[in-house]
Amino acid sequence: MEIPEKYRFSQQHEWADDEGDGTVTVGISHHAQDALGDIVFVEMPAVGEAFDREDDFGVVESVKTVSDLYAPVSGEVIAVNEALEDAPELVNESPYENGWIVRIQMSDPGELEELMDADSYEEFLDGGAQ
Amino acid sequence: MTKTASLKEVPLHQRHIELGARMTPFAGYSMPVQYSSIKDEHLAVRSLAGLFDVSHMGRVEIKGPQAVEAVDRLMTNDVKSLRDGKALYTVMCNPEGGIVDDLVIYRLSHKRLLLCINAANREAVASHIDRYMVGDAEVDDRSESTVQLALQGPKSKEVLGQYTELDLDSLKFFRCVEGEVAGVATLVARTGYTGEAGFELYFPAAQAKVVWDALLDSPDVIACGLGCRDTLRLEAGLLLHGQDIDASTDPLEAGLGWLVKFDAKGDFVGRKALEKIQSGGLNRRLRGFVLEGRGVMRPGYTIESEGEAVGALTSGSYAPTLEASIGLGYIDSGFDDRSRVDVVIRGRRVEARVVDPPFYERSK
Repeated sequence: MEIPEKYRFSQQHEWADDEGDGTVTVGISHHAQDALGDIVFVEMPAVGEAFDREDDFGVVESVKTVSDLYAPVSGEVIAVNEALEDAPELVNESPYENGWIVRIQMSDPGELEELMDADSYEEFLDGGAQ
Repeated sequence: MTKTASLKEVPLHQRHIELGARMTPFAGYSMPVQYSSIKDEHLAVRSLAGLFDVSHMGRVEIKGPQAVEAVDRLMTNDVKSLRDGKALYTVMCNPEGGIVDDLVIYRLSHKRLLLCINAANREAVASHIDRYMVGDAEVDDRSESTVQLALQGPKSKEVLGQYTELDLDSLKFFRCVEGEVAGVATLVARTGYTGEAGFELYFPAAQAKVVWDALLDSPDVIACGLGCRDTLRLEAGLLLHGQDIDASTDPLEAGLGWLVKFDAKGDFVGRKALEKIQSGGLNRRLRGFVLEGRGVMRPGYTIESEGEAVGALTSGSYAPTLEASIGLGYIDSGFDDRSRVDVVIRGRRVEARVVDPPFYERSK
């Protein structure tokens, strides 16, 4: 699957898409969903909760395993993808679009620059990252 | 990435790689965990048929004039009652009554038994046999020279029938027969670990690809890995040694009392301890759990009743057929008759229904 050009990536395989209004949409990468396998449950934070960068803000459960979600940037959750409550498999089927997880109002937009761009993330994956 | 260099490979290893399997270390072997998706493979076994390579399991023959008596003394179930061509599920206990392994025994003749042993317990079982077996019988470990495939699912009989002259209709549950499959001399058994109709095939390792390729050629069959084997067995309420049972659990608390034949048998290893446990009453009991709230139960999670910890899960997963999370675990006596408990999932109490496994039973 093509890595979206304008997305930014964390080392924990979350992506952040800059919406241009001080908010980012956040999800997990194709690589991450593939490694987890069939996703059967996504535990999401409540709207209004605030997180620092790298805080765990939720959990993804696949048939086989459970994995924490880490905030790629600091900020407040302004929306969650309610479609995942009934259709967690969207994260597998469309990790970069319909399988988005939360939208965050950034408290420090500068943090975005510290994430990897698409090319760096691809190199990161090629380097044998988990 | 986990290093797989030091792991043993099954004879079909290359086939699994060619099929795009995701490999995982299991009991010292590199084994396929999934080829496509655990969920898809699981549902294929429930609706059509799946082919599993389970050659990592131990296959040990006990041979000799006193093979039956010798094995009987090692097992809680009544091996002497077995007739030729029949299989028996049993546990093997240590003198304290702890479960060394749970296994299936096939009686090939009055002086030849095949023991199918959990992969992780091959050494423990070998040393247990070495220590406690008496009588004119010898051990022939066939684990390396043979392979074991499981063809499971409602279509399995139709598929297997295309490759054998054997009368599969007359091969009832827990029976076995020797014959040819795809031209290969095979022990065909109507056994399995999925809760579905199916067969297990035992044959020489040199012929592994012939049979595997033939069966997989059927459009109704997909290759299945250990991932769905675990979810299938859990739905069927079948226990996993090393998780639900082990040397520190006894068959009575594990709900396997039906495998312990105090009346039909003479002395066997563990008998005294098990009699004592039975007369003294159980401290805890294995029950099944179906999660009512959201989330997925996992092994190790605490079970609570009215805020008090009363046990822990030994198995837990999402169950693809049931579309719910199910689990197995031990509850302390005094609380084991509760119909509802809470399971603690990352600090959150989620209600679960307490049930007697199996969670899933195939329609017959």
